[in-house]
Amino acid sequence: MLIFNQLQTYLYLAAVLFAIGLYGVLARRNLIAILISVELILNAASLNFMAFNRFLAPTPAVGQIITLFIMAVAAAEAAIALSIIIAVYRKLKTVNIEQATELRG
Amino acid sequence: MNFLSALLTPPNLATAAFVLVVALTVVGALIAVGARNIFHNVLGLAVAMFGVSGLFVYLNSPFVALMQILIYVGAICIAICFAVMLSEPMYLPRPPRNPLKIQAAVAGALAVFIFLGLLLKKTTWTPALERSNDWSIETLGHYLLTKYSLIFELISLLLLVAMLGAIVTARGGRRSKAQ
Repeated sequence: MLIFNQLQTYLYLAAVLFAIGLYGVLARRNLIAILISVELILNAASLNFMAFNRFLAPTPAVGQIITLFIMAVAAAEAAIALSIIIAVYRKLKTVNIEQATELRG
Repeated sequence: MNFLSALLTPPNLATAAFVLVVALTVVGALIAVGARNIFHNVLGLAVAMFGVSGLFVYLNSPFVALMQILIYVGAICIAICFAVMLSEPMYLPRPPRNPLKIQAAVAGALAVFIFLGLLLKKTTWTPALERSNDWSIETLGHYLLTKYSLIFELISLLLLVAMLGAIVTARGGRRSKAQ
């Protein structure tokens, strides 16, 4: 059995991607770096969908369509997040989440 | 020579290319979260996206792989580059990292990974009883315009609203010269 013909390989790889992205979300303080980590997490999800689509699903078109939808949602999310980051930078002169403390009581 | 030709069989070559693609994905992801320079992070994200698109080729869908490169590498990474240029200048000194926070983040991510790994180990996946073999792009388009047309339209609307919202939000703090 070849390594790239097994479902488990892709699922473990997606778990690795998810964990790396989660580490980025937790550890980084730059807003743009957090956005990059979220993109990694979304990619782990679409990799999972594609793997299940290849090995388990009854119709192979469905997983691909869902992956395309994930990409579209990721593009919308990135556009909104980047515009918010630019607005935050213009207002607070920083993109570091530890210095953007306007709402702290 | 004989030894080389015995090694260079199609399955071996495919496995080698797969390992390369996996390495590209993981190393790119590590650069994307680990490097201190935000621009290196973006480049790492692009490398990881290339790797994931290679994995999609292995998963039998070259069309989605192409879309991955087009959307992630071609659109999202470029958009992030613009945001990097429009926000904080990179020559400013960066505040030092808090080692306690890094360790806590590593522990959290590792805990989630171990949980997912145990879950994967325990589960037995059973494929659907009847699986169709129709991987063509025509079927994909057909589904998009029949069964999933509502979601398709909804996604289009979402993208439109997101674009308008992005323009409005990014313009917000700027005073026009006329006033």
